[in-house]
Amino acid sequence: MKHVMWAVATAVFCAAPVWAQDGLSGPDAFAGIADEQARSVALFEEMGKVLTHPRCLNCHPVTGGPTQGDDMHPHSPPVVRGEADFGAAGMNCNVCHGTANMQLTSGSGSIPGHEPWSLAPVSMGWQGASLADICTQIKDPERNGGKSLEDLHEHNAHDGLVGWGWEPGEGRTPAPGSQELFGALTRAWIDTGAACPS
Amino acid sequence: MTTFRVNGRDHDLDIDPDTPLLWVLRDELRLTGTKFGCGIAQCGACTVMLDGMPRRSCVTPISMVEGSEIVTIEAIEGPEADAVRAAWTAIDVPQCGWCQSGQIMSATALLQAIPKPTDGDINDAMAGNVCRCATYVRIRQAIHDAAKTLEG
Repeated sequence: MKHVMWAVATAVFCAAPVWAQDGLSGPDAFAGIADEQARSVALFEEMGKVLTHPRCLNCHPVTGGPTQGDDMHPHSPPVVRGEADFGAAGMNCNVCHGTANMQLTSGSGSIPGHEPWSLAPVSMGWQGASLADICTQIKDPERNGGKSLEDLHEHNAHDGLVGWGWEPGEGRTPAPGSQELFGALTRAWIDTGAACPS
Repeated sequence: MTTFRVNGRDHDLDIDPDTPLLWVLRDELRLTGTKFGCGIAQCGACTVMLDGMPRRSCVTPISMVEGSEIVTIEAIEGPEADAVRAAWTAIDVPQCGWCQSGQIMSATALLQAIPKPTDGDINDAMAGNVCRCATYVRIRQAIHDAAKTLEG
């Protein structure tokens, strides 16, 4: 019986598309969608699994300070956004967050860290926004920090703080897939016209 | 080997790079004014100045302070620190005192950034410093008093 179960498990594993990683599909998974705009929308919806993951949303609040955890509860200790998206005067983000994740010595878990570390500006906040609104927002240079679509690809594919989402330290669920896959999805989305969901 | 400066003295320590700065201050350098409260950056009792900015030493790996200047409650000085110390003493802010070195470091950092803070500024800057004796009313008063002193 064990052999049968092993064979079934192996068959299922091998049948999984090689372009999929931990809940995120790669661009090839959408190659069968003939209509380019529909394919572009589908690609963005796949990107949305990353964009709306708590690892990203927690530091993209619409107002106020960051949230924490997979349930996105308010940050503890209480913190405010501050004028520079870096906390209050006298208690900025770097009071606790260092240049890398730090394993807690007392108890389990870790304090997340990266250089640099800060909140996304208000114009880039998208907690609670629909995927359609997020799409329009991140394409808008007035709200995305003046980024072109190519800049957006660079940001998604190579920015270190974006990449932290897949290496968030003990006690946090990583964003789905990998930054490489997220970058490939972004590339394919742009190449198909960067269409947004309606 | 990690090289850093604490309260004006240079140190070269061969120590596990993951060791929290707080452990090094208290156990290696015997600077016990900085307190262990929670160990998870929730209470602020371990606050020190790292290159002029407040930092929770319990979540600061010693590897992160290579080449840095650290100032603890034993040596904090300057107009803001002096004003805070005087204001704290004048109205006997501490009760048990455990959190107070962290409170003083954060209050000093606040006054360095905002010489005349509002209640809102104080709330924002001091929110990460917990006091189990609930001396918050006196802490707020002392910060306002220190700010007045700094006005001249």
